[in-house]
Amino acid sequence: MIVTTTFVMAVREVRRNAMRSILTGLGIVIGVAAVILMVTLGDAASRKVSADIGKLGTNLLIVAPGTDRRGPVAEAAPALTTADAVAMSRELSAIGAVAPTAAKSVLAVVGSANHATAVTGSTNAYFDVRSYQFARGRRFSDGELAGGALVCVIGATIADKLFRYQDPVGASLRLDRLSCQVIGVLVSKGAATLGGDQDDLIVMPLTTVQRRLVGTTDLGAVFVSAVDAASTTRAARQIEGLLRQRRRIQPGEVDDFTVHDMKEITKTLGAVTGILTALLAAIAAVSLLVGGIGIMNIMLVSVTERTREIGIRLSIGALGREVLLQFLVEAVVLSTLGGVVGLVLGLVGSYLLCGALGLPFAVVPWVVGVAVAFSVAVGVGFGYFPARRAAALDPIEALRHE
Amino acid sequence: MTAAPLAELVDVTRRYGKGDAEVYALAGATLSIDRGEFVAVMGPSGSGKSTCLNVLGGLDRPSTGHYFFRDVDIGSLDRDQLARFRRQYLGFVFQGYNLLARTSTLENVELPLVYRGVGRRQRRVQARQALAEVGLSDREDHTPAELSGGQQQRAAIARAIVTSPELLLADEPTGNLDSARKDEIMQVLVRLNRERGITIVMVTHEVEMAAYASRTIWFRDGVVERDHRRVAA
Repeated sequence: MIVTTTFVMAVREVRRNAMRSILTGLGIVIGVAAVILMVTLGDAASRKVSADIGKLGTNLLIVAPGTDRRGPVAEAAPALTTADAVAMSRELSAIGAVAPTAAKSVLAVVGSANHATAVTGSTNAYFDVRSYQFARGRRFSDGELAGGALVCVIGATIADKLFRYQDPVGASLRLDRLSCQVIGVLVSKGAATLGGDQDDLIVMPLTTVQRRLVGTTDLGAVFVSAVDAASTTRAARQIEGLLRQRRRIQPGEVDDFTVHDMKEITKTLGAVTGILTALLAAIAAVSLLVGGIGIMNIMLVSVTERTREIGIRLSIGALGREVLLQFLVEAVVLSTLGGVVGLVLGLVGSYLLCGALGLPFAVVPWVVGVAVAFSVAVGVGFGYFPARRAAALDPIEALRHE
Repeated sequence: MTAAPLAELVDVTRRYGKGDAEVYALAGATLSIDRGEFVAVMGPSGSGKSTCLNVLGGLDRPSTGHYFFRDVDIGSLDRDQLARFRRQYLGFVFQGYNLLARTSTLENVELPLVYRGVGRRQRRVQARQALAEVGLSDREDHTPAELSGGQQQRAAIARAIVTSPELLLADEPTGNLDSARKDEIMQVLVRLNRERGITIVMVTHEVEMAAYASRTIWFRDGVVERDHRRVAA
């Protein structure tokens, strides 16, 4: 029998029982829509996370004292020093800029407004390593850096909170008991999912923070940028080698410092969001299975209902496999229709949800293909058993059925 | 007639059930049907006339004995071969019409051609011709529910003859109709038999209907009891 005729017959049968077809297909619609929603949202979230981490800085490595490995630590690790930072920038080939930092929590006050934040002491390299652009004002001068001047550069959040009605540049700001002058304002990096608000920062010359706020010459962390994106791992190895040597760590001993590679963190987070997405998609796929069972159920009812029709077809010369094909195609038409509707709903739904959640929407091509292929497969898989039952009917029995 | 018979049953039995519950619907029936005949099969219920028709129609297989159709032993065919045999040589008319519900008359008549693999356009042409032969040209878009009983049976006859079968099998074709419609249907069958030379075997329990046929076979207890040919008038 001609395949197109079978197809036409199947479509007609599906339309004839429109209400039943819609309800039957609903299981597949929901399943496919759910899978697409989960995967698209998961993908959008992981891309958002990657982009946010990228905003933390170009090829950023953060070197901090102490170990992040498990197990007892005999004694507090010695702090990093300015000499360490200088050695890194002088001796290591894979490293671009080095920004030694010291930080302290402070209460920033302007007039009657105040805001609890942290002040970071560093050099101009800090702005480069962390990829901050200047919206207004200027960087530190050499004199300010060397002399420990009472000047600061503020992030967009500080500008918003404390300088709503005045131009911050040139204005003065009180940090605990210290008064300093604002010389620059940084461009906002926007909302971040990780690492808190990157615009909530105050940067002062390193010497100022060490002398006036912390009271030691210790460094909290050293921010380092690799020469390019491909070199972060090499840069990390070089830093480890240099610091082990400078800190006299014997071979076999554990590092008493840690190099955080932002690219590694991105990868790890990407893997975590990937696993979450897969998990959610798997849960959604269960509803596809349930939808398939719904189709099988309805097709079995349909075969019983249409026993007489099957008898007529068999008596006028339909082959068993032609009857089988007819019922199979009907099941596939039902499930594919459900799949396509679910696809559209899923895509529209994820577009709207991405918009509402502030995630970047993009169609994930493989999931579209998989969802449609899966809904066809569900039709074939769950339609086969009822169809075979129809094909195996005895024509005389079937004709007598009423 | 010197030519071989179109259909021939040789000592055919058809057994249902097993052991003590064993029942013979046919108990050694032998008969032969020539081309161009119009045979009425009569007999009390349970005499085996319907089973005989099912065997002739390739819907049922003899338990023992042989059924030859154009010298082919139909009893040895498998399920698919039987289906091809039905589609190739036979047309069926049932007591209950057995048209597909919610399907237009034209499409009902086209159905056997679909399974023969005839193209869409050719199907239309042949189906319209068959409908014209039974006088239903003006009802081709109606569904069975919109037709009277007589019209439904004529549509069913059109479906049976659309493939130009060699043998038309009719099982109580007038059983559900009033007497005026009965005659109408019988006249259609007689005309198909005379004008198109279609061989017809019809099961009926009404003597008035059997009178239209050229030959009457009586069944009793699963065997042919009497076989009577009328000399053509």
